Amino acid sequence: MNVLLFTLLVGLGSLSAGFLGALTGLGGGVVLVPLLALVFKVDIRYAIGASLVSVIATSSGAAAAYVKEGFSNIRIGMFLEIATTLGALLGAFLALKVPTPAIAIIFGLMLLYSAYLSGRPQTVIAENDEPDPLATRLRMNSTYPSADGPRTYCPRRVTAGFSLMFGAGTLSGLLGIGSGAVKVLAMDQAMKIPFKVSTTTSNFMIGVTAAASAGVYLNRGYIDPGLAMPVMLGVLAGSLLGTRVLVKARTRSLRLVFSLVIALLGLEMIYKGIVGGI
Amino acid sequence: MKATTEWTDRRVEDVIGNLLRAGVLLSALVVWSGAVIYLIRHRHDPADYRVFHGEPTDLRHIHGILHDSIALHGRGIIQLGLLLLIATPIARVAFSVFGFAEERDWMYVGFTLIVLLILLYSLGWSS
Repeated sequence: MNVLLFTLLVGLGSLSAGFLGALTGLGGGVVLVPLLALVFKVDIRYAIGASLVSVIATSSGAAAAYVKEGFSNIRIGMFLEIATTLGALLGAFLALKVPTPAIAIIFGLMLLYSAYLSGRPQTVIAENDEPDPLATRLRMNSTYPSADGPRTYCPRRVTAGFSLMFGAGTLSGLLGIGSGAVKVLAMDQAMKIPFKVSTTTSNFMIGVTAAASAGVYLNRGYIDPGLAMPVMLGVLAGSLLGTRVLVKARTRSLRLVFSLVIALLGLEMIYKGIVGGI
Repeated sequence: MKATTEWTDRRVEDVIGNLLRAGVLLSALVVWSGAVIYLIRHRHDPADYRVFHGEPTDLRHIHGILHDSIALHGRGIIQLGLLLLIATPIARVAFSVFGFAEERDWMYVGFTLIVLLILLYSLGWSS
């Protein structure tokens, strides 16, 4: 395949991944690496480098919109970014040591987990009557806009959330993904932050987390301009389109189909990791 | 006091939003211009990413990337755009240090400085 055709096909694939990722809220990064590795036969290290770069683009692009809406909590985000960036550095160094078949298997498990999470019904959070005193001391209590005026919330279990965030950062650095699924889990399930606040704050954090491992990746030659170019431009355009359509589309069945695709890609990654050829 | 803090928060968030949007837009434009040059010159070359060789050293370091960009190498310009993209969230964190200082929230100035140091340490690998 020549460079022109390769660039066009990868760009088109990334555009679809970004579009579906934004439409379903599952993020495009998670299908990019399997797409590049399994379909385009790209070495997983180049795939991870390109994916990491595109994650920064989509996160920053979307965060720009969310921050203005007033849902994301920049204090919670900044405090937890200490954990995610440290984790991301660790993950990037691990990526240099861990053999590629093992990375493929970990990636596959992560895909299966993401598919499982998205298939589950959204849990309704009870009123926050006992806030974590640590959250109060860290000035994390805040409000978010709702139909009947601003509503207050007080995070719980800050330490548990912080530890989970370290894990999310490590996965992000190791696999070149945003690991939004783990970030939302930490804020949603452990810290009991309202869903809209946790998803937008997670998106806000993803770019910074990815930037923490990008320096190491660049230095080790994982980021190839010829590959990262169509991936970054494609995913960015796709996700911008996706957020435009999001308001009008009914996404429930699409979400189900997409999580099924993610699960299948996960199984394929694990299989390839075990039998070799990745 | 409360109202002032909220107002400042709001303003800081506005600036952060604009900063992120400008950074992404600028880097996409630079990547796009590099792509045009790269595709014109190399469109018939074979594309093969099956085997990992790692990038040549000039595309791994800020100095080399700048050097290649000035020489109008397509791959160098794309890499410069990607570097701008990586710098965007870092600039966001740097601005937050200023924003929290403006609100005299020294605890968060401290937290933000820690994050900034970690980011600069990582980027220092490619200088």
